[in-house]
Amino acid sequence: MDLILVNLIDGLVTGLLLFMLSAGLTLIFSMMGVLNFAHASFYMLGAYFAFQISLYLGFWMGLLIAPLAVGVMGAGVERYGLRRVHQYGHVPELIFTFGLALLIEELVQFIWGKNQMPYSTPEILQFTAFSIAGNSIPAYKIFMIFISIAIFIGLLYVLTRTRVGMIIQAALTYPKTVEALGHNVPLIFMGVFGVGTALAGVAGVIAGPVLGTFPGMAFVLGSIVFVTIVIGGLGSLWGALVASLLIGWITTFSKAYNLRMEDVLTGLGFTKPEPIWDSAWRDLWSITSPQIADILPYILMVLILIFRPYGLFGKRDA
Amino acid sequence: MSDQLSTDPTKPAQRMRAGSMTIPLMPWVLGAALLAVLPFIFTANSAITIMNQMAITIIFALAYNMLLGQGGMLSFGHAVYAGVGGFACVHIMNMDDFFAAIPLPVLPIFGGLMGMGLATIVGSFSTRKAGTVFAMISLGVGELIAACSVIIVAFFGGEEGVSGDRTYGLPFFGVEFLQQIDVYYLIAVWLMISAALMYLYSRTPLGRMANAVRDNPERAEFLGYSARWVRFYSFVASGFFAGIAGALFAINYEILTEENLNTTQSGIILLVTFLGGVGFFFGPILGAIVFTLVQTVLSLQTELWGFYLGIIFVLTVMFFPGGLAGLIMMHVPAMRLGKLGRLGVPYVKTLGAGLIGCLGAAALIEMTFHVRHASTGDHEMTVYWTTFDSHTVLPWVLAIGATLVGFGIARKTAPALAEAWNDANTPDGTAQ
Repeated sequence: MDLILVNLIDGLVTGLLLFMLSAGLTLIFSMMGVLNFAHASFYMLGAYFAFQISLYLGFWMGLLIAPLAVGVMGAGVERYGLRRVHQYGHVPELIFTFGLALLIEELVQFIWGKNQMPYSTPEILQFTAFSIAGNSIPAYKIFMIFISIAIFIGLLYVLTRTRVGMIIQAALTYPKTVEALGHNVPLIFMGVFGVGTALAGVAGVIAGPVLGTFPGMAFVLGSIVFVTIVIGGLGSLWGALVASLLIGWITTFSKAYNLRMEDVLTGLGFTKPEPIWDSAWRDLWSITSPQIADILPYILMVLILIFRPYGLFGKRDA
Repeated sequence: MSDQLSTDPTKPAQRMRAGSMTIPLMPWVLGAALLAVLPFIFTANSAITIMNQMAITIIFALAYNMLLGQGGMLSFGHAVYAGVGGFACVHIMNMDDFFAAIPLPVLPIFGGLMGMGLATIVGSFSTRKAGTVFAMISLGVGELIAACSVIIVAFFGGEEGVSGDRTYGLPFFGVEFLQQIDVYYLIAVWLMISAALMYLYSRTPLGRMANAVRDNPERAEFLGYSARWVRFYSFVASGFFAGIAGALFAINYEILTEENLNTTQSGIILLVTFLGGVGFFFGPILGAIVFTLVQTVLSLQTELWGFYLGIIFVLTVMFFPGGLAGLIMMHVPAMRLGKLGRLGVPYVKTLGAGLIGCLGAAALIEMTFHVRHASTGDHEMTVYWTTFDSHTVLPWVLAIGATLVGFGIARKTAPALAEAWNDANTPDGTAQ
């Protein structure tokens, strides 16, 4: 029971982190119809910027400045890159962001090298918040949970309760009409792109110290983020939240409980072939749940796409 | 090989030819002759290795372009089909009795069928939608299978991969494929066969429908064609040829690992195809040749070559979405008017200066990288075959100077080039 609670917290941290990335991504998608392949790269830039800033000004200034810098970069990419490519259609846009992801990874390697950066959690948060049956929960995890939830509530408030949010929502569905009413729609697009990438930057700043700040960090998380928003339904904020938490918990639990395929198969009444090392099914029999934890999201995605092609919360024609 | 179709009603002959099966034979004969002669010109073993790699990449890129260029489907996981085809072939090589009964040149068919089989399964649910959804599914499936390669050890061989020996096959007219040159001709023949088949495919009604579905799926559906099935057939055909490429890889290198089917590999083939140009059939061929050469040459010279490649790729997407082939075909109207010569001098002026600027900028990048990352005390570096101390002022001045002057002149002469371009593309007599 205690272990379940610990895993619930761990999964929540992973899920909320994933959500911060997928929220920005899905917002950008529903606005411009383009999936930003480089989204995870902005997450990586956030971590690296924050590390560089933390060397001079400390962690908290990094948390403040790095997302802003990433957001400005994102807005610049939209203004001078995507807007130009937009005229060629959606597929070139996707290819452009793919190229951008490559370029950012190379750029990071060019500036900071290939090794992991010594970016660590601030000293003020290096204590144990509480412990459950001997498992200590570091304060930084609690801090991550609070930051993510605060951002989610803030985002929801801005999108649904403020005038800016109303205009954004209107621009999502009827860009022409909103433009006719005198709003600068390209500027709104640029703003949303900037905010989306800044969110990814925040995720990078707070994830960098725990998950490691290295050139492959975008690649590690990148494809999972796409899987998340496909499962949640492209363009759906709630779908992104549900799918992120689902993936966070599924991976955490399957890593924590060593469920063995051998037990499952024997339980179903199959007999283990002998000798096992010579059998064609040896890999099936030796699978354990921690081993496949990282590919479970992909399997989930394929299943969802077969049985519910528009994702959990997707509209019919996303 | 281009699709310069005319809708000019005054030229019915030209219009008729658009959909007919007339195929210019000349490029194919030339290509075959070139493939046959090349090993006699470049006799070194390393050259043959590069040419083998090139030919395999060409087949793979052409297969990829069946999706991207002709079908408008962007796949981020196409290496999977090539990889699985290759793995299947290595396993066949290891089945002693079966492999001893079939000659090696037949083996790629099995690889193709394997790639096709997998494409049939994946395509059954991934081709429902084009565009972003398709791209995301291809990415997810690609990641899934790449991750499986570490888990399903029986087929993928885990981290070290699986290896085989191509020489155990039934001798093919006495040839046992012991030497690299034998393999070269095997690959070359398969290159000609697959390229011709893929070209013919693009000329069939199905291939034409793939173009229609790419451009306007709604209208294609209105005409009674199912966009989904058209996409599905393209996908399956592309999987077949990707499998052939994988099989040839297996024959050439005799080993396959996880690296052959991961997302990096899929990304490279996207890069190759797009840089070559997706709009024309010969684009991917061009892309594969240039990419393999540049990769071989640049990766020996600098460890930053991925950085340059990234910059070139992003710039290509932004400014020349037609790729290399598109750039070349841009000059066709000027050539038809017989005014291509007028572009020569402005080109040399602007592009020459631009090249100097690029070289200067590259030197700057190399020097910055060296200053930042070389071990402390290591001040000596080599750029453009000159060795110097990267912590002195002179090289920096030279590099910055070259960059500024080069780009400055290019900028200054650009209007003249634009004018010459307009002039070359305007028929004489019509006042501009």
